[in-house]
Amino acid sequence: MSHRPEHTGPAELYYNSVEARKYTQNGRIIEVQLTMTQRAVEILNLPADCPQLLLDIGCGSGLSGEYITEQGHHWVGLDISQAMLDVAREREVDGDLLLGDMGQGVPFRPGVFDGAISISAVQWLCNADTKQHNPVKRMYTLFSTLYSALRRGAKAVLQVYPENSEQMELLTFQATKVGFTGGLVIDFPHSSKAKKLYLCLFTGGAPVHMPVPLGIDNTLQAAYTQKKQLTSSGHKNLFKSKSWILAKKERRRKQGGRTVRPDTKYTGRRRKGKF
Amino acid sequence: MKLITHNILQNNMKDGKKGYPLVLQATKIDKVIAEFNQEFLLRMLDRLEYHVLIHALEMIGMKDFLPIILPENCSEDEAFMKNLHHALLEIDIIEGELICPESGRKFPIKDGIPNMLLTDEEEMAVDSEPKSK
Repeated sequence: MSHRPEHTGPAELYYNSVEARKYTQNGRIIEVQLTMTQRAVEILNLPADCPQLLLDIGCGSGLSGEYITEQGHHWVGLDISQAMLDVAREREVDGDLLLGDMGQGVPFRPGVFDGAISISAVQWLCNADTKQHNPVKRMYTLFSTLYSALRRGAKAVLQVYPENSEQMELLTFQATKVGFTGGLVIDFPHSSKAKKLYLCLFTGGAPVHMPVPLGIDNTLQAAYTQKKQLTSSGHKNLFKSKSWILAKKERRRKQGGRTVRPDTKYTGRRRKGKF
Repeated sequence: MKLITHNILQNNMKDGKKGYPLVLQATKIDKVIAEFNQEFLLRMLDRLEYHVLIHALEMIGMKDFLPIILPENCSEDEAFMKNLHHALLEIDIIEGELICPESGRKFPIKDGIPNMLLTDEEEMAVDSEPKSK
């Protein structure tokens, strides 16, 4: 991604009234935000027909909140940008709004929320805006207060745009450190545009079924698991054995660009000694 | 800010101290209409600090319509549930202040939105907590 707002400065300055206005008028932004919210709520997998209390971290102008309301849940939103919250207030969203910095922790007493979502917000923590800011500590503060504010068994689904894999590892590591289990769900991993990352965090150590990512070709996935099973059963391709040669030729064929001899009954056979 | 939010808000402080419940001072209060949802209220009852809600109502001078002690079998008491719904979701604090009972730190409420932002110095104080352990 060429344009990263995190680099331009702190979120409370970037999301000024002009930028906030965009979030209510730009159809594409609204559509993308809505799709991601729908997906995040889907991953949360809340019990049907049972109104829940949710936390929206980085609620912005309340686009994600409106969807939560539509689903019949109650929500509280936290955002650092006054301009964005003003827009949310103008639009008369149903949730309650708070002006706050997620890097300073979420200001709630323990065990009150049935779940938490965050759309395109948490990557802001990866950048230090002032000298005093320490990204690692701010992530730790967010995750530890979030862990405490959630009820046991609750989930948090954070959609993030990390800049690189190091940032993602850092986020996951800090989340695991405070006791969250779970991991990353990557939707449409083969497309650079549609690719979306959701950090799915679970409180409580019960066995967890990770949600299945979208946009993955099922046949590819099956082939991969089959191959993995083969290697894990201890059957490794010996160097220069027939299976090793066949596998290598197959790889070369997939790469293309060079001619690979066809597989015949002579493939991988040793020559007689008299040669 | 609705009173349900006041009921779950706390000021995270250093040394693991918790500023809860926050003292509520309101200068402007609005009434809004919210959809009554019995199921949601029942779900909230088990995590609600009832005495904090009563105290908050007292602080904004509206304590009369809820009993001081949570009645038993309250889920069957329709009038009580209606009142509880009104207290939690239909009173909107527009202007005022939240005050941390431990540190005395004031959090202003403006246009219905409490400002929970800490200054950088205060943030450092919160952050130093894991280091000192």
